[in-house]
Amino acid sequence: MVFHKHLWVLLPLAATVAGCHSDTEFVFGPGQQDYRYQITITNLTAGQPLSPATVVIHTADWQAFALGDAASVALETLAESGDNSDFLATAGFDSGVLSSDSGSGVIGPGASEQLTVTARASNTTELHLTWISMPVNTNDGLAALQGVPLAELDVGQRQSYLAIGYDAGTEANTETAATVPGPAASGLAEGFNPNRNDVRNAVYIHAGVVTQADGLASSTLSGTQRWDNPIAVVSVERLQ
Amino acid sequence: MNRVILALAVAVAAAPLLSQAAEFDVEIHNPTRGIYYTPLLVTAHPPDVTLFEPGSPASSNLQAMAEGGDISALVAALNGVGATTVANPAGGLLAPGATTLATVNTDSATANTQLSIVAMLLPTNDGFLALNNLEVPTEPGTYTYNLNAYDAGTEANNELRGSGTPGQAGMPVPPPLDPILGNGGSGAASSAEGYVHIHRGNLGDTNLIGGASDIVSTLHRWLNPVARVTVTVK
Repeated sequence: MVFHKHLWVLLPLAATVAGCHSDTEFVFGPGQQDYRYQITITNLTAGQPLSPATVVIHTADWQAFALGDAASVALETLAESGDNSDFLATAGFDSGVLSSDSGSGVIGPGASEQLTVTARASNTTELHLTWISMPVNTNDGLAALQGVPLAELDVGQRQSYLAIGYDAGTEANTETAATVPGPAASGLAEGFNPNRNDVRNAVYIHAGVVTQADGLASSTLSGTQRWDNPIAVVSVERLQ
Repeated sequence: MNRVILALAVAVAAAPLLSQAAEFDVEIHNPTRGIYYTPLLVTAHPPDVTLFEPGSPASSNLQAMAEGGDISALVAALNGVGATTVANPAGGLLAPGATTLATVNTDSATANTQLSIVAMLLPTNDGFLALNNLEVPTEPGTYTYNLNAYDAGTEANNELRGSGTPGQAGMPVPPPLDPILGNGGSGAASSAEGYVHIHRGNLGDTNLIGGASDIVSTLHRWLNPVARVTVTVK
């Protein structure tokens, strides 16, 4: 099955798009125009707050990570602490990144966050969307939608994608209070640590948390922190 | 068209299609934390053939794959219906984090429009990954698919070391898993379900010298998908 094509939601434009583009610091290249998207991220978990959203519009030349490859240090930092500042700064230097933004705060279980991003390009075939947050009651988890093409989305159309959980593969999944930064733990966890001591130094699909409720004595987590995929739904509406 | 479960009965009546990808690459990545794949079966076959139907009992051929990783009977049955099959592209187990590639060339076998992939998941009793009758795209390009874990429903999920022989209890334990799995578990309460379904996942425990399960909960659980497949049509 094709995971990200499960939900196809096409809606008529419900309201006139308010506002006009004011970001005039960039110069249009030949044949370029601005494309604007409203991104809505909904946390589908019971007990995994998602760190402030990282949203990137990019060409096919850039990717946040590759399954089976080692995570960048910037991604490791995001996955172990929820801090996306290094990741966004690093992405900003890449010629394949057309636009990026950070959400304003943690997205609680069941909650949503909406961001509007604008990317300048000559046509929509270049445009791809990546979203990343950390499920903060984990050691080094990532919730991500990876590089979905935006080419087929017309103005006023909306499409939803189901996102899954990944493991950065950079920190052992001990689930201890000293290593899990989220509110289910002590609040004293160290967050980022440059050591790489997971089962292997490579990004993989998260196996979920075991928790003390299910026999992992060292875990600070309870059954509430368990989740299943999809971990979030990401809705994209093209505004312009 | 009603599909016929392979090896229960076989009907070869597919009409050739005009435009069909003659050759395509199938890249299979194991994105799990700690689950091994037994030898993979990658096959292009006619639409009226299928390896299994969810909700229905598994064939004995599928059972041999799901309980012991033995794909030989499935391969023989597929050869009998003119399928284009790549058996065991990884040359043995595919470890977590590893990737393998199979090139499928259907040549003049234009009826082989469907792609199916199966392999047993270890450690499980009768779990397997599956892509079941995907219509291979004809337009050149790269297509990505996420595969889920199924349970063949033929063996109780007791999660104990045991046998890969169909009908015998327990899990086969090849060398990479031998030093990792627990020993002396009492057995997870379970019985054979009787039909193919989405696997409920491993239970496991953290007791390596007892407990209910020989599976390790911190290593051998998963959340779907359990495989990522990239098909490149040339």
